[in-house]
Amino acid sequence: MTPDLLVVIAQEASTPSKFAQMVVDGVNLGGIYALLAVGFVIIFRATQVLNFAHGALAALGAFLVASFATVLDIPGRWIPNAPAWVSWTGAVFLALIAAALIGMALERVFLRPMVGEELFAVAIVTLGMDIVVRNITNDWIGPQPRPLGDPFGISVFDLGWVRIPYTVVTQTVVALLAVALIAYFFRSRMGVAMRATAFDQEAARAQGISVGRVFSTSWAIGAVLAALAGIFISLFPRRSTGVDPTTAFFAFRAFPAIIIGGLDSVVGALVGGLIVGFAEAGASSYLVGENWEFLGTGFAGIVPYLLMMVVLIIRPYGLFGTEEIRRV
Amino acid sequence: MLTVENLEVVYNDVVLVLRGISLEVGDGQIVALLGANGAGKTTTLRSITGLLDVHEGDITKGEITFKGDEITEALPSKIVEMGISQVMEGRRIFAEMTVDDNLRAGAYVNSNRAGYKASYDRVMGLFPRLKERRSATAGYLSGGEQQMLAIGRALMQDPKLMILDEPSLGLAPLLVQEVRDIIVQINEQGTAVLLIEQNANMALSIAHHGYIMETGKMVMDGDPQKLLKDDDVKEFYLGLHASGEKKSFRDVKHYKRRKRWLS
Ligand SMILES: Nc1ncnc2c1ncn2[C@@H]1O[C@H](COP(=O)(O)OP(=O)(O)O)[C@@H](O)[C@H]1O
Ligand SMILES: [Mg+2]
Repeated sequence: MTPDLLVVIAQEASTPSKFAQMVVDGVNLGGIYALLAVGFVIIFRATQVLNFAHGALAALGAFLVASFATVLDIPGRWIPNAPAWVSWTGAVFLALIAAALIGMALERVFLRPMVGEELFAVAIVTLGMDIVVRNITNDWIGPQPRPLGDPFGISVFDLGWVRIPYTVVTQTVVALLAVALIAYFFRSRMGVAMRATAFDQEAARAQGISVGRVFSTSWAIGAVLAALAGIFISLFPRRSTGVDPTTAFFAFRAFPAIIIGGLDSVVGALVGGLIVGFAEAGASSYLVGENWEFLGTGFAGIVPYLLMMVVLIIRPYGLFGTEEIRRV
Repeated sequence: MLTVENLEVVYNDVVLVLRGISLEVGDGQIVALLGANGAGKTTTLRSITGLLDVHEGDITKGEITFKGDEITEALPSKIVEMGISQVMEGRRIFAEMTVDDNLRAGAYVNSNRAGYKASYDRVMGLFPRLKERRSATAGYLSGGEQQMLAIGRALMQDPKLMILDEPSLGLAPLLVQEVRDIIVQINEQGTAVLLIEQNANMALSIAHHGYIMETGKMVMDGDPQKLLKDDDVKEFYLGLHASGEKKSFRDVKHYKRRKRWLS
């Protein structure tokens, strides 16, 4: 790097508005990745299934909101006088319930019969599930993106140097709430049963824990988190046009976050999601312009994978993962 | 209370490991089930508690009943709910979780407030050491404490029958005594016990009845005192597992004979 370049970097980094804007972007992206990663890891821990249909579930969740809120007008049609944000929130809740039921059904139908099979064989089944769910969802979506009918639109407010979209505020509140609920859940009867099952399935069954119920619950949680991520992917400032056939692929960008955090750590997934989100946001604000032309235009999108490779070289089982997981 | 009749179990559709065994545990009894490594003791436990499936095992013949109800092939959760709890071989505690959370996991089927509280108090009364280490991560407990935790976890289910699979395995002689005393206490509190052991001395010293298994068959059963005096039992079990004894030429010979006897 030439001294000139360092000066440029220093100047850019010292522009408060640019930095603050990057933070907002990082929170937005990192929150989405964290929602995806945490759900993926909860399913993996509880059921030993690598769910490659996670992105499809995210897109399906967003589609359900779009169709409830804009096509079917549920629950809006039953509460005609309610303000728009109330019926939209209602639509989101119904979509999340539907996502949970779909997650549980998928597990019951496709994965329960695979209990005890090789990790690899089960992962192949989820790849099949991904194709099924993604194609059905994309069929329903059709060729045009479907807006989610949210009340936020592209509205923002200014806070000092930064412009903050209302969607990002909402997303952050929702994500924090989700994390708090999950932390609380892990201390409940079912949560303790889930942790026990994750650690030693046979010993859990020996205690009378219904492992089937644990599986269902973990898929319900994973699917709801995926749906939440799918919703925020389909809102401003990510994709204000709504959910479209590429939404499912967006979720694949959370895989580096999962690997960085360690495949079997929920906390790791959370941290990994934020790290990747911020790295990507940082790269897209700072590693652009004429000085960085040599990196090409899509460099920010590669950053998560670079980060993943670096972490894997230093700690092959991720930042928070346990060593045995390398068998995977 | 528990009857196992003519039980035959096959692993992987081919390996016949239980060849028609029968046993019985009466109300309030401690029954010892003895046998060398590989005799089929753990398989018997798995059959009773519905855990053969993960090991690709199947009951091909026979019947298991508990308090008159047939439980052959019942789900493990159902069996625990009916009142049979187990302490697995090798403890199998949830090492990443705290002592308290291990007990809560144990209480999955007994989670109403009153039932939980009663069981928890019982466990804390029996194991003051666990009480001190309530919020410690279970994996950091000593071997003896882990065995206590495994027993406590099973007690959280408020069992009517408790099956312990080699609880003395890997414990120092003093701790073996402690485990033995705990089993006696648990039994005195009204829980029947099926005690699976290789340590015949320990098990027969507290049992009301003893069974001896050999390669998937019951070869002997009866009064523990009589079994203790039996020459074959002495030879095959007591010599090998009496604690503190130095290995003599006789023991080595024993070992060889035992191997032949096993094959
Ligand atoms: N999952 C399994 N698959 C095949 N064979 C098994 C399995 N588990 C145990 N066995 C065999 O069954 C026999 C009895 O084992 P086990 O019940 O564990 O005996 P014990 O508890 O008395 O040591 C042994 O020969 C063992 O090798
Ligand atoms: Mg055994």
